[in-house]
Amino acid sequence: MKAFSNLLSDLILTSSRNRKLSLLEQYFSSTPDPDRGYALAALTGSLNFKNIKASFFKNLIKEKQDEHLFDLSYDYVGDLAETISLLWDQEKSGNMPRLSSLFENLKKAKTDELNNYIINILNISTADQRWAFIKLFTGGLRIGVSSRLVKQALANYGNVDLDEIEKIWHGLHFPYINLFSWLENKGSKPKISIYDIFHPMMLAHPVVMEKDLAVANPKDFVAEYKWDGIRVQIVSHSEGCRLYSRTGDEVSKSFPEIIKTIQGDFVLDGELLAGINNDPKTFNDLQQRLNKKAPSEKFIKKNPCFIKIYDVLFFNGDDLRDKTLLERKKVLNSYFSTNRSPMFLSETIDFKDWRFLDKIRDISNKQIHEGVMIKSVSSPYIAGRPRGKWFKWKRNPKNVDAIIMYAQRGHGKRSSFYSDYTFGVFNKEKELVPIGKAYSGFTDEELNRLDKFVRTKTINRFGPVREVEKTLVVEIAFDEMSLSNRHKSGIALRFPRFKRIRWDKPTNEVETLEQIRKSFLD
Amino acid sequence: MISIDNKLYIRDIDTYIDPFFPVERAIITHGHADHAKAGHKHVLCTPETSEIMKIRYGENCARSFQTIKYGHSVKIGRISVTLYPAAHILGSAQVLLETPKHRIVITGDYKTILDRHLDPFEVVPCDLLITEATFGLPIFKFNEPEMEIERLLDNISKHRENTFLIGAYSLGKAQRIIWLLREAGFSDDIFVHGSMDKLCDFYQSKGIRLGTLRKATLDNKKDFKGKIIVAPPSALKDRWSRRFENITRCYASGWMQVKQRAKQSQIEIPLVISDHSDWNELTNTIKQTGAQKVWITHGREDALKYWCEKNGVQAEPLSLQHRDEANEL
Repeated sequence: MKAFSNLLSDLILTSSRNRKLSLLEQYFSSTPDPDRGYALAALTGSLNFKNIKASFFKNLIKEKQDEHLFDLSYDYVGDLAETISLLWDQEKSGNMPRLSSLFENLKKAKTDELNNYIINILNISTADQRWAFIKLFTGGLRIGVSSRLVKQALANYGNVDLDEIEKIWHGLHFPYINLFSWLENKGSKPKISIYDIFHPMMLAHPVVMEKDLAVANPKDFVAEYKWDGIRVQIVSHSEGCRLYSRTGDEVSKSFPEIIKTIQGDFVLDGELLAGINNDPKTFNDLQQRLNKKAPSEKFIKKNPCFIKIYDVLFFNGDDLRDKTLLERKKVLNSYFSTNRSPMFLSETIDFKDWRFLDKIRDISNKQIHEGVMIKSVSSPYIAGRPRGKWFKWKRNPKNVDAIIMYAQRGHGKRSSFYSDYTFGVFNKEKELVPIGKAYSGFTDEELNRLDKFVRTKTINRFGPVREVEKTLVVEIAFDEMSLSNRHKSGIALRFPRFKRIRWDKPTNEVETLEQIRKSFLD
Repeated sequence: MISIDNKLYIRDIDTYIDPFFPVERAIITHGHADHAKAGHKHVLCTPETSEIMKIRYGENCARSFQTIKYGHSVKIGRISVTLYPAAHILGSAQVLLETPKHRIVITGDYKTILDRHLDPFEVVPCDLLITEATFGLPIFKFNEPEMEIERLLDNISKHRENTFLIGAYSLGKAQRIIWLLREAGFSDDIFVHGSMDKLCDFYQSKGIRLGTLRKATLDNKKDFKGKIIVAPPSALKDRWSRRFENITRCYASGWMQVKQRAKQSQIEIPLVISDHSDWNELTNTIKQTGAQKVWITHGREDALKYWCEKNGVQAEPLSLQHRDEANEL
C-alpha cells in the first residue's frame, strides 16, 4: 500500500507524459505479484467493491467531523478522497498492509467487521496513504492518468505493441499474473477467446474542415449517418449473444428480446436505437428504455429497439480487423442480403463532394441523426481513436443567449474554480427561469474571469451553490432542444456548452423563453 | 467603547489599519503588499516594517514613520496602541487597541507555531478579535516545516541532474525557506531571483543567517544542476524560468496542502509551509484570547464563522477585498 500511495502521489503531480510512463514502469518492475496486478486494476478502473462506496466514507467522516464543516471543506477541495484524508487525523502508528492483502481482507470481512477494519486502516495511515486508499472506492482516480496511458506503460515495460495489449485486455483478469509473466518473457501471451470479451471500439475524430477535408479525396471515403442512439458491440456465437456498451460494460440484461433473437458467429459494431423495422425514433424515446435495467415484457413491447450495424470485427471465426473497411462492408452486405431483424445494415450515403455532404448533415432528419460519419475505405478496425481514419461531422450546433444565474465549484482539475454554471431566460411573467447547466466551452483565461465574476457578484449562497447578480449574458451552443416536464422552463437542452461570453451584452436583449421555444421547437 | 468599522477605520483617532488607499494616519501590521501601501502621511508600525517599506517603496513612501517595538505602547488620544509579535514575517505585528474598558486585537496575518527565526506569537486577551482566516478550513493542518524540507532535500539527492526552482514569496517566505534549508544543514550556494536579494540582505542584517546567496543569472548554465533557485511564485510560470534546464517546480505555501491545487499549478514538489495559521491555530487563538466577538477580515470565513457561532462566539465576516486567495502572501 505504501508503494502504491507513493505512486499515486507522484503521478498526480507529474505533468510530463514520459515521466508518468516511467513512474508506472518503475512501479511494475519493482512491485511483486500479485500487488502490482491489484494496482493495475485500480489504475484502469477495473476494481469493483460492491459493499463499499463513496457514501461509506462520507458517513464515517461525518461521525468525526461536523457535517457543515465537512461540506464546506469538500466544496473547497473538490475531491472526496482528498477531503476525507485531510480531515481524518492519524491516530496511531501501525503497519499498512500490502495492497493485495488489503483487498483480500476487505473481501473476506463480514459486514459488521468492515467498519472497524476500515477505520483502523484510516487511523494508522498517513494523509497520502488515506488519500490513495479512499480513492480505490470513490470511482475514478482523477490523477491525470488514463487507462490507455497505463496500458502504454505496460507495452513499454514488456516491449510489445500497445495494440496487442488492447486486443486481449478485456479477457484478462486481475491480478494479471499471466499478463506480467508474458511481458517479462517468462510465459506465453495470454490466450483469449474472442467470444469471451469486449473488443475495444474504433472511435472517430471530429471534422476540422480546413485541415481534414480540404486535402482529402471524397473517393477515398464512405459516408453514413451518425445515428443518435447508443453505440453497441454484439458478440455472438453458438452459445449465445452478448451486448456491450461503448465502454465495455455488458448491457445484455437490459435488452433480453434482442439477445434472444440474434444468432450467428460474429462480432458486430453498431448503434442501438428506439423503434421497429429499421425506423428509428428519437434519442428521447431510447432514453425511456435505457432508464430500465431489467425491463418487463410489457415495457419492452411498448418500447421496442433495434440495431443499425455499420462494422464487423469477426465473422465465422475470422479476425477481420486488419482488413480494409471496404472488405468488411462486403461481408456485411452479403450477410444483410437476408432479413436479420432486429439488426439492419446502416446505409451509406452516396456523395461526390464534401459540399453535398455538408448539406446532408444539416438537413438530415434532425431528431434521429446527429450528422454524418466519414470513414476512410482503407481503414482497418483499430481500437482507440487513430488519426485520419474516421471522422464525425456533426450538425452545426444551435445557439441561444442566456443569463448566468448560479455557479458551483468544479471537481478534479477544476476544483476551487466556479466552473459549473446554471443559466436561464425570462418567461412570460418576466421571471428568470433556468434552462440548463454548462461546464465547458471556455478557455482557462475566460474561466479565471468567470470565477472572479462569481466571487465578486455573489448575492446569495445555498451550500456550495452561489447565486450571482443577473447581469452576465452568455451565448450557449447546444445540439438539441426538447420538451421536458422536469424543468420549470418546460424545455431541456442537449449538451449545452459555452460558445461566447457576452461581457458587454445587456440582459434585456436576451430572447424570452417563448421566443426561443418558437424558434427551436417548431 | 472603541468604535472601529468594517474597513478597519478607528473614528476616534482618525486612523486606519492596513488601508488599501492613501490616508492621513495608518497603522501597518506588516510589510506585505496587500497590507502595506505607499503614500500614507503618518505610519505607525514596528521598526522592521518601516525598514521593509522603505526598501520596497523608497525612503519617501510615507511622510513620517513612528515605530514602536513589540510590547511597547503609544497613546493616541484616549486609546493606547500596543504592537505584539504575529510571527508571520520579520516585523509583523498584532495591534492591540485599548481603553480601560475595551480591548480590540487586530491580528494581521499570523501564525502561532514556533518559528525560531522570528519572535514568538503572543496571545493577547481581548473583547473583539479581528482575525484573518486565510486557511480557515479544517482540512488545513500543517506539518512541521522541517519534514517538508527533508522531503525536498531527499528529492534533490536523488535527482542531481535537475534544477530545483522553489516558488516562495519574496518577502518572508523566501527567507524562511532558505533559513530552514540552512538549519537542515544544506550548505550549497543558493540562487535567488533578482527581486529578493535586497530583502535577503535585510534579513541577514538582522542576524538571520541565510548563508551564501547568489543571483540566478545565466553566467554558466551547468551551474544550476542539482541546485536550488528561489524565486517568487509568479516567476515559476513566467518566461524567466524557461532559461533553466530540467526544472523541477516546487512551491512553498499552505495551499500546497491540497494536491489538486498543486496539480493545477503544475507543481511537482509541493512544500506545505505556511506563514499563516492553520485551522487549529485559528480556533485555538480565538479560544485563548477569550474574545466574545470575532470579525474575520479575509480568507475562508464561512467555516470559521460557523465554528465561532457553534462555540458561543459572535462572528462576522468583513470580506475585505484585495485579500482573496489569489494573492496569498
